[in-house]
Amino acid sequence: MSIQYPLVDAPAAAPLAPHLTLGEHVVKFIRTKPLGAAGAAVILAMMFVAAFAGTLARYDPYQGDYALQFARPSAEHWLGTDEFGRDLLTRIMHGARIALFVGFTASFAGCTLGALLGVLSAYWGGTVDLLLERLMDILLAFPQLILALAIASILGPAVQNVVVAITIPIVPRVARVVRATALSVKELQYVEAVQALGAVRRRVVFRHIVPNIMTPYLIMLTAQLGSAILAEAALSYLGLGTADPTPSWGLMLSGSAPLYAEKAPWMAVFPGIAISLGVFGFNLFGDSLRDALDPKLRRG
Amino acid sequence: MRTYLAKRILLIVPTLLGVASLVFVIMRVIPGDVALLILGGDSGQIDRAQLAAMHHRLGLDQPVLMQFGRWLWAVLHFDFGVSLWTGRPVVEELLVRLPLSLELAILATIVAVLLAIPFGMLAAVRQDSWVDYVIRVISIGGLAIPSFWAGILVILFLVIYFGWGPPLEFTPPWVDPWANIQQMVWPVLTVGYRYAAVTTRMTRSTLLEVMREDYIRTAWAKGLAERVVVVHHALKNAMLPVITLIGTEFAFLIGGLVVTETVFTLNGVGRFVVDAVAHRDYPVVQALVFVIAFGFVIVNLLIDLTYAWFDPRIRYR
Repeated sequence: MSIQYPLVDAPAAAPLAPHLTLGEHVVKFIRTKPLGAAGAAVILAMMFVAAFAGTLARYDPYQGDYALQFARPSAEHWLGTDEFGRDLLTRIMHGARIALFVGFTASFAGCTLGALLGVLSAYWGGTVDLLLERLMDILLAFPQLILALAIASILGPAVQNVVVAITIPIVPRVARVVRATALSVKELQYVEAVQALGAVRRRVVFRHIVPNIMTPYLIMLTAQLGSAILAEAALSYLGLGTADPTPSWGLMLSGSAPLYAEKAPWMAVFPGIAISLGVFGFNLFGDSLRDALDPKLRRG
Repeated sequence: MRTYLAKRILLIVPTLLGVASLVFVIMRVIPGDVALLILGGDSGQIDRAQLAAMHHRLGLDQPVLMQFGRWLWAVLHFDFGVSLWTGRPVVEELLVRLPLSLELAILATIVAVLLAIPFGMLAAVRQDSWVDYVIRVISIGGLAIPSFWAGILVILFLVIYFGWGPPLEFTPPWVDPWANIQQMVWPVLTVGYRYAAVTTRMTRSTLLEVMREDYIRTAWAKGLAERVVVVHHALKNAMLPVITLIGTEFAFLIGGLVVTETVFTLNGVGRFVVDAVAHRDYPVVQALVFVIAFGFVIVNLLIDLTYAWFDPRIRYR
């Protein structure tokens, strides 16, 4: 195993396109994909708010003031207060943490697990492929909501359990896409060549196949981020996600918000704007990233 | 083609069996006891004999594997059993609620297709123009706005400005079509917006891909009008992924109506599932999951067959 194959791992000869620095890449992205840049700005703002919610917000997200029940939006409470007199802006800012946590962990875990299973399925083939594919079929056909309901009943309503409920349905979708890509990569001549040169399995998979599925992986990852945030909101709205008094955006829209909607419409409006804006940002960014990464969609 | 069809139909069996086992196991793992719930909660007032009798009456005192076998055998005979909660046959309970959910799903699909194909086409043909940007922003918005929030806003708007109240009972279209439409229009639009948004994006991106193909360049070179090139040469070839998406979304929709039905207080299949899980009504949950999974698998099969039928380049092993 001490023989080296310099040709296989040698970096590509002189790149055809001029090499851009990171800064130049960013400028180019903003110029060519203004919508994507707007999405990135929204994401960065959301991360900033989530990181500094404790210092930025003027009130306590849990402690209310009964004297201030259903206060209209004002200079003191920009977005008004809820039925416990809690400041809505403060709760929405703290809610960004939950949305980002669930969004990132669920989509990262789901996409990574799905990608690994997809590559495994494609590379091993045979019985492993057949069994994994059937497992993915079962998971795809199983309604996500029942799964979430069951997980919430077994493990209790908590943020980390919501992550599990949202991760599981992502796995088969990603596995399917990655498997298809990995299958076609496996048939490429250079993979055959590396195998003929005696590369071990692990090397073939991680050095030669995995880099080729990184584009669909990244595209799926950014696409799932927005929908994971949306799923958390929906599950919390149905009472299957986080439990009160956690400031989850979906939870803030359930129960009391529609109940008091006529009296205090701000309670039903602002958390929804937060969800939509966040998901909107992730989708805009993901969309443009896909356009930039997918050679088929590049403007010829 | 015939071997392919046989293989695909054969593969449905392990999938459905897997789904059936999964839901059976999950329902048994969930803590809670339907017998206790029927007898009036776990307050400790119920004596053991009464509980055992109830378990026996519901067939829950048998070994789990036996319960599973019996249930599966009955399902093969299209017998989904009796609801433990209401005592009525599951099929009967389902048939009361299915028309509403099905109508909602079908109307939302029609709205989506009618909006998505023309607008997706327009955005692709005018890529990177202001038309494209407006269509893309509106459709990404459709993906970003949670349908339950859209529902809340619609209700809020209707209540404040029109003094509207959500109807208490579902009126089927064959009883009073006008009352039915009045009930369904808002739920359909809130579901349809999201659905249309997904489909518009798919239409745009596949059409963009197809527009770069050689045969489209040939069509342009022949001097054909833009309308002919786009509609007759490009759109036809771009439709397959769009049809796939419409199909899978439709299957997902049936399973995902819970949120919309909750917002608009509609008594459909979605609400039924949630209530059944809450009551630990095993036969109902098992039947619903089985039916939803069956629908999903069939829709997927039909989509793949459409592929094989329409695109002769696809060769199945």
